Amino acid sequence: MAPVVYVRNLEKRYGSFVAVEDVTFSVEAGEIFGILGPNGAGKTTTVECLQGLRRADGGDLHVLGYDPRVDAKLLRRQIGSQLQESALPDRIKVWEALDLFSSLAPSGQPWETVMDQWGLSPKRDAKFGNLSGGQQQRLFVALAVVNAPRLVFFDEMTTGLDPMSRRVTWGLVRQVREQGTTVVLVTHFMDEAEELCDRIAVINEKRVVAIDTPDGLVEQFGGGARVTFSTDAADLAFLDRVEEVDGVSRQGWRVTVTGHGALLVSVAAELVNHGLKPIDLASHKASLEDVFLTITGEEH
Amino acid sequence: MGTFVKLSWVNLKLFLREPLTVVFSLALPLIILFVLGGVFGNETSQPGEQVVFRNIGAMSYYVPAYVALVIASVCVISIPTHLASDRERGVLKRLHASSVSVWAVAGAEVAVACVLSVVSAVILLVAAWLVYDFEPARSVVAVVGVFILLILGFASFGIFLGSILPTARAAQAVGMLVWFVMLFLGGAGPPPEVLTGAMQTMSDFTPLWHAVLMMQDAWLELDAGLSWVIFSAIGVVSAVLGLRFFRWE
Repeated sequence: MAPVVYVRNLEKRYGSFVAVEDVTFSVEAGEIFGILGPNGAGKTTTVECLQGLRRADGGDLHVLGYDPRVDAKLLRRQIGSQLQESALPDRIKVWEALDLFSSLAPSGQPWETVMDQWGLSPKRDAKFGNLSGGQQQRLFVALAVVNAPRLVFFDEMTTGLDPMSRRVTWGLVRQVREQGTTVVLVTHFMDEAEELCDRIAVINEKRVVAIDTPDGLVEQFGGGARVTFSTDAADLAFLDRVEEVDGVSRQGWRVTVTGHGALLVSVAAELVNHGLKPIDLASHKASLEDVFLTITGEEH
Repeated sequence: MGTFVKLSWVNLKLFLREPLTVVFSLALPLIILFVLGGVFGNETSQPGEQVVFRNIGAMSYYVPAYVALVIASVCVISIPTHLASDRERGVLKRLHASSVSVWAVAGAEVAVACVLSVVSAVILLVAAWLVYDFEPARSVVAVVGVFILLILGFASFGIFLGSILPTARAAQAVGMLVWFVMLFLGGAGPPPEVLTGAMQTMSDFTPLWHAVLMMQDAWLELDAGLSWVIFSAIGVVSAVLGLRFFRWE
């Protein structure tokens, strides 16, 4: 099956300023695909080119089989969108917004159904400006799927939300995917990408620097595994002979073993062989945040 | 078509939810009309006096002029402010992402302006009819025809302003400025005959002056002369430039 989004060597300039210069990735049907990167890396430019809201200056782009530079209008009818820094008039009511946007996509569901489905019925007559940040995102998600799209773009949807609303919004994103819609999610939050995304493209300095699953990224860039435990045993030289171990360091009773592969079980087995049963044996994995900082070359 | 109707309807409701704007748009022309009516009465010029108000009497002059003025006030102040505000807030960008066309956005502005102008004109005419003695329209068909033309022309001008002005604040300030200049120089303030030479020259360049002449001439079956051509030209140029410079964000 052809990918839902295919983009190769995307390039976009504003005058002499290069916004993105070499972005390549593809998104498969049913995925939640994350685009992660620091502010100004070119994430929003990338997704806006894919939606035909900006004209790419170079590269191959195919979204749902359309070239956004040629068939922007047709394409936009079949995708859903929640844009960064876009909003509704403060005084528009929830039902009016749903009614208006559903009229743009006669093929979609009736807006009343969408309103019920996304839990907006209690807020039917509330004005947009009076909704909480989380409720506004709920409405944006509902508007993005009102045309029953095969693909939706969510750009920085949880920026400025409190932790509770962020969790709720994550639930909404999963709900969109469960309905069979492919999701492209732009974010600069590691926890969001780790929590939601099947695969992540890390964009830094206008280009894609890594694409993998969250675990794959950690595996690839996380700098190996680390196991710690405490012991009063004086001689730990036997650990150096374990194949997976790269190094052992010690501070008082506290021991840190670095290595690769199945480090934890190998260390555990060897400790037991030598009659040691530390109760605090633990394996530490680099977080996606560590990986992100490594990849984007920022200081720890 | 469905989008255009829905968008127009929503925009109209949103406008009515801004009480200050409503009062301003509907009441200001009315207040100025009553002030000027109090000052000038409705006498035609006496022999030997300077001829003012085209010699048709102040209120017979001002009532059709103010029908033109209410259209200008809706189109030149409300439209640019609304367009610029929607762009500034990202509303236009959101509509664009859902494939709403520039025609639907501009058309909805015109439709709302049309409804507001009609309401505003009716209020003005009823108030004037209750208080003043003025010449009734001799040809309703001609008045309605000119009314539609004025809405199209002024709305284009408003869309042009809304397209080139970056923020809602700038749009509102410029819209008000243009409107007041037009009010004073365009024949809707002091009688045009008392303006100095330089002011009269400027007045020839304000769309309102030509709109006032067109409306009065339709009202009283006078001859509008070149005003038709000049006003239409301003409208067409505004429409072309407005669409040319239209920005979604």
